[in-house]
Amino acid sequence: MYSPHTAADRSEMLRAIGIASLDDLLAQVPSALRAAALDWPAALTEPELMAHARALAAKNKPLSCFAGAGAQDHYIPAAVKALVQRGEFLTAYTPYQAEASQGTLQAIYEFQSSVCALYGMDAANASLYDGATALAEAAAAAARITGRKKILLPESLHPEWRAVLQTYFGAKGEPKLELVPCPSGRMDLAEVEKRLDDTVAAVVVATPNFFGLLEDGAGIAEMAHAKGALLIAAADPVSLGVLEEPGAWGADIAVGEGQGLGGALNYGGPYLGLFSCKKAHMRHIPGRICGLTTDADGKRGFVLTLQAREQHIRRERAASNICSNEALCALAATIHLALLGPEGLKEVAELCVDKAHRLAEAACAVPGFRLRFEGPFFNEFTLECPVPADRVQKALLKEGILAGVPLGRFDKAMKNALLVCATEQRTDEELDRFVAALGRVAR
Amino acid sequence: MFDEAKCKFAKSHEWAFAEGGVAAVGISDYAQKEISDIVFVELPKVGVKVEPGKACAVIESVKAAADFFAPVSGEVVEVNDAIVDNPALVNQSPHGEGWFFKIRMSKPGELEGLMDFAAYQKTTAH
Amino acid sequence: MNRPEKLSIEKSMAGRRGIRFAKPSKPASAWLPEGALRKALPRLPEMGEFEVVRHYTRLSRLNFCLDTHLYPLGSCTMKYNPRANEEIAGLDGFAAAHPCAPDAAVQGTLEVLRRLEKLLCELTGLSAFTLQPAAGAHGEFTGILIASAYHRSRKDRKRTEILVSDSSHGTNPASAALGGFSVKTVASRPDGRLDLEALKAVLGPQTAMVMLTVPNTLGLFERQIREIAEAVHAAGALLYMDGANFNALMGLAKPADFGVDILHLNLHKSFSTPHGGGGPGSGPVGVVAALEKFLPVPRVAEKNGKFVLKTKIPGSIGRVRSFAGNTGVAIRAYAYLRGHDGQTLRSIAENAILNANYVRAKLKDLFPSAVDEPCMHECVLRTEPEKMGGLKTLDVAKRLLDYGFYAPTIYFPLIVHEAIMIEPTETETKETLDAFVDALRAIHAEALTDPERVHAAPHDLPVKRLDELGAARTPNVAW
Repeated sequence: MYSPHTAADRSEMLRAIGIASLDDLLAQVPSALRAAALDWPAALTEPELMAHARALAAKNKPLSCFAGAGAQDHYIPAAVKALVQRGEFLTAYTPYQAEASQGTLQAIYEFQSSVCALYGMDAANASLYDGATALAEAAAAAARITGRKKILLPESLHPEWRAVLQTYFGAKGEPKLELVPCPSGRMDLAEVEKRLDDTVAAVVVATPNFFGLLEDGAGIAEMAHAKGALLIAAADPVSLGVLEEPGAWGADIAVGEGQGLGGALNYGGPYLGLFSCKKAHMRHIPGRICGLTTDADGKRGFVLTLQAREQHIRRERAASNICSNEALCALAATIHLALLGPEGLKEVAELCVDKAHRLAEAACAVPGFRLRFEGPFFNEFTLECPVPADRVQKALLKEGILAGVPLGRFDKAMKNALLVCATEQRTDEELDRFVAALGRVAR
Repeated sequence: MFDEAKCKFAKSHEWAFAEGGVAAVGISDYAQKEISDIVFVELPKVGVKVEPGKACAVIESVKAAADFFAPVSGEVVEVNDAIVDNPALVNQSPHGEGWFFKIRMSKPGELEGLMDFAAYQKTTAH
Repeated sequence: MNRPEKLSIEKSMAGRRGIRFAKPSKPASAWLPEGALRKALPRLPEMGEFEVVRHYTRLSRLNFCLDTHLYPLGSCTMKYNPRANEEIAGLDGFAAAHPCAPDAAVQGTLEVLRRLEKLLCELTGLSAFTLQPAAGAHGEFTGILIASAYHRSRKDRKRTEILVSDSSHGTNPASAALGGFSVKTVASRPDGRLDLEALKAVLGPQTAMVMLTVPNTLGLFERQIREIAEAVHAAGALLYMDGANFNALMGLAKPADFGVDILHLNLHKSFSTPHGGGGPGSGPVGVVAALEKFLPVPRVAEKNGKFVLKTKIPGSIGRVRSFAGNTGVAIRAYAYLRGHDGQTLRSIAENAILNANYVRAKLKDLFPSAVDEPCMHECVLRTEPEKMGGLKTLDVAKRLLDYGFYAPTIYFPLIVHEAIMIEPTETETKETLDAFVDALRAIHAEALTDPERVHAAPHDLPVKRLDELGAARTPNVAW
């Protein structure tokens, strides 16, 4: 379809190769291994394809989105969308030839710098697949750095992230994952202390955590460091517009899901894994890293650096197997942060806090609804419903509202709990409609 | 500092300089030239047990990584942090400031199995 | 073009804003404890929208890209990315779908995912696919975990070793190690194929899996793939195919017919989703029927004409990332595949093979092939420094940039000395290939007349050769 070959081209090329027909080339594949004709639908023309795709997209329901749980509906500035569609970014690949890829490389350097600024860290990489795999890489790095084999994971971490770590390390058996119970929705320092010994490589703290609550990161970091363990923070980068940065409260490695920085919800991907750390651990960072350097004339330029950690050189001894990452999503995040600037990001974060807290207050004023957990939260909260949360979700869906994420799917004991999120995107009118709809469910 | 004429060499290009039960180890001048510009050296921690045939350190250049094998068995008692901060020292002075670490030997007899400088030089001659 | 740009932070001016939002009713300090708040704003640039647009537009122009230049990176399949697919993935109905939305609200997306899985099954002959892995290497890791789960389910716990070819992508051994396996490398024969006898010699009750790239990284078809599969299966191990080079097989051959048990495809390579400067990609994994139950969750299923996302499946290896996968990439690949019929799909492979062999033939007197026989979708050539005044592959690659071509993959596969790995893809015209060939021939001539100029290349790019040593010794990775 997209092959430009004319009949004349083909015959001329075959002649140049010195063969009579294309079959002579295809003979490399023994005939016993050739496939019969594919069972394939008719090709669609571009207009037909667009119509087909629109019809499929229309089967998804447009909803007023109050769901978060690791994927949030933030505004994407028009300029972000326009710039990432430029062919020079979109259709380039990993900048193997630095001199012909300075645009991508400088953008990666700016991305790494922005991530470091947000998280209060010294070094970052060019991105990983998503927040969950970034945390898995952080756990592996912590085990390498400390030479220890155990990671403490809180129950207040996203259950899907926990599941990913279980998949990554379960079969191999190391590092060993130990769960810290969080019955109050937050990490209990005594529960952490009980499990902290000199075999622990790192303690993971997610803040805001899965239930939306803020953890006492500083307290846990101090305890971890006293035992020679590292502190891995998982934090929503948007929240860091107002919340204290992990580097300031004692994290050694900080990861996050970067989708909220210029990325659409896309039913789960592509998203953006953020990975940053203190300088001492720079050589243990997985994946691509861009570094600033000079050219033969002393002019500033950028290259991929610290490559001897990587799979294409160290093969089975590499720090990670990652090769392609989420470069275009990282570019979107970089442009997004440049547009917002520190003040714009703070505005978005404050709007998130404000709307979520006003929504929580109003929702709790509806008879039967209350907050399941106490404690400060960013823009998500766990709403305890008078009926199973699935039913609430179903009822609101009929009114065009995605009410949140029912937590019974992760934990049967939480079947009445609904994880609700409000971003700057939700208007006051939508908040009112949400609360009014809750009132109808309660009746 | 560690006179190469008095060092013992492994086929994998590491040297050992033994003195009173402790051996300083590093890589040969030939090896540093082969690896060329070294950008990073990852050393074992003090207290780690090392043995021949098992990689215990890594030497990185811009586009390659090479394993370092301890020429003799024992416990690491001191490491040369200076080459971690300034890996170029290994290129500049592989038998001097570019030494890697010191091993309290558990099997000093292993030294007998290593080559002396003259024999080693023959293995690297092209 | 070609002038270096300041960093965004260096263009920052206090007080400039690129976008404004409404004001909250109360500041965060009214809702949250003081101690939880950051003490100083993050050091991000302050720029107007126009400054941002100009900055990144100017940066973009420092790049070579597929839209502007031939980008013949071997093993990367840099083929044209149809723009209809971008528009389709960006449709609001797809882009705004929340991953935790109930199935009833996302029937369109689930239907696309399910249809794509079925198309991939038809292309490969395998029974089932997962679309969850986010890239090829992630797919490899998923496949390795599936092999691990398979052997464990048979209580066969002695299989701790994975065999890879010495021409394999570095991700193969790295993924195997990440999965907890030890890795043994099997040598290739002088004709570039895996040495079946050498393989048999190391296969045993400790072998969990053998990983092969087909066609391999020399651009050659493993003609003995069936015999290899038989030997692997006879030893009780599984055969994994790295499908990075699937473009060469599209519609032509089905890996299931080779005896492959597990494979990954790269949607960003064979199915033309844009490479984005290094992702996002997508690395779906396909398996034979016996291994289906081990596929990661979640999986899309069809029930009474409705599509559901199943999150709990007994036997599954679990989740390899959050949510369903790089859905946006899957949608583009689906659109790409629906733009073709069976015949045009096959012509993708045919024209890719034709283009690679054309380049090979036109260069063989100056840049000999690593293995002197026809190739599949890519050709691996060699620079002969002794015939080029001592100049090496790196010099040729850098000089190509001056001639307006991105460089091929170089120094890979590792078993070829001074390798140049060229994958033109089927979407390049004969005219472009002729110009590329002419450039390489001109560089070869230049090497003898003006070697200094080649050695100092590139000359006409935004920067000259960069100091990689300094960058690695004293890393500066953030402002």
